[in-house]
Amino acid sequence: MEKKLRRAMMFMPGNNPAMLQNAGIYGADTVIFDLEDAVAISEKDAARQLVHNAIKYIKYPCEVAIRINHIQTPYGIDDLKVVLAAKPDLIRLPKAEFPRDIEEVDAIISEAETLHGFEAGSIKMMAAVETAKGLRNAYEIATASPRMQALAIGGEDFIADLKTKRSKDGKELFVARSQLLLAARAAGIDAIDTVFSVIDDEETFRAEVNLIKQLGFDGKSVINPRQVRIVHQIFTPTEQEVAQAERIIAAYHAALERNSGVINLDGKMIDTPVVVRAECVLACAKSVKK
Amino acid sequence: MVKLQKAAQAGSVESSDILIMVSPAGLGAGIKIELVSPTVQQYGEQIKNVIMRTLAGRGVEDAIVHANDKGALDFTIEARVTTAVNRALS
Repeated sequence: MEKKLRRAMMFMPGNNPAMLQNAGIYGADTVIFDLEDAVAISEKDAARQLVHNAIKYIKYPCEVAIRINHIQTPYGIDDLKVVLAAKPDLIRLPKAEFPRDIEEVDAIISEAETLHGFEAGSIKMMAAVETAKGLRNAYEIATASPRMQALAIGGEDFIADLKTKRSKDGKELFVARSQLLLAARAAGIDAIDTVFSVIDDEETFRAEVNLIKQLGFDGKSVINPRQVRIVHQIFTPTEQEVAQAERIIAAYHAALERNSGVINLDGKMIDTPVVVRAECVLACAKSVKK
Repeated sequence: MVKLQKAAQAGSVESSDILIMVSPAGLGAGIKIELVSPTVQQYGEQIKNVIMRTLAGRGVEDAIVHANDKGALDFTIEARVTTAVNRALS
């Protein structure tokens, strides 16, 4: 078993040729070419054409996602019309609030797949929840299309919607992160945390990545290549964790062969959740090695 | 054949980008390209070829093109020409 890794999903401004051509060298599991906030309104047309060409001509060694403008803005549908022809791996919809947002994008992707002769369902989707209303509908958003691979939280907009401000320990995001994670897990898809925008504060960034890993997130949106290494380091199982997981799985299989219902390892009872966690560790480790 | 309606530009003079300016030309005038690039000796012909090919792909046969290159790769040149043409047609 392997797991599709989305530890660091790195944003790149969609209208910057230098960044687009080098996007693959930083080792992020996913690069997200941004057509939304990183692109001035007057340059939306140029950015979507540039992103289309980058995906068409450059072979990236990682998953390639595009953050389009919201489908209800004057730019979202035009973004899709242009970029889908290049067959990105993933479309990220910002500010998702209702399942119909996802359904609308899904329908446009289906049309494009038919038009361009792509395999049906091959272009995936994820959505960012950035408002209280979106969070209330998070599970319905997550399950609105079989294309959905992940829910992300857009922290800055969310905090503005809450009418508060960001603190160092992020306590104002605790409920939102937990609810988003529950919705993603219930839907069987990944949960991705928000960006951390103070690039030079590595200590707080590390603490935040450790926190979201402990909460259960699969990865984090990042905005700088320096953050990729830290996220990957924290989200990659250590050698000791892998060795322990292998021992648990071995003990589990040995017990199955003996038709034994009780598994004991180093004086601790091994039950199904422990086995499932060990399998997750090994799946992650295997994907990292690849 | 597509006729440009007005002058338009796309791109920038940032590193790895190219600023493309297209203007309408008379019927039968053909494509005239004025290129400025730090690598004009090595890559000038290639850059012009990409511009010509992109214009031809859009059906543009008559145009004046000013290109200020800052080391753009082909994917960027093609994208900027395409955007400039789209803007010149809108």
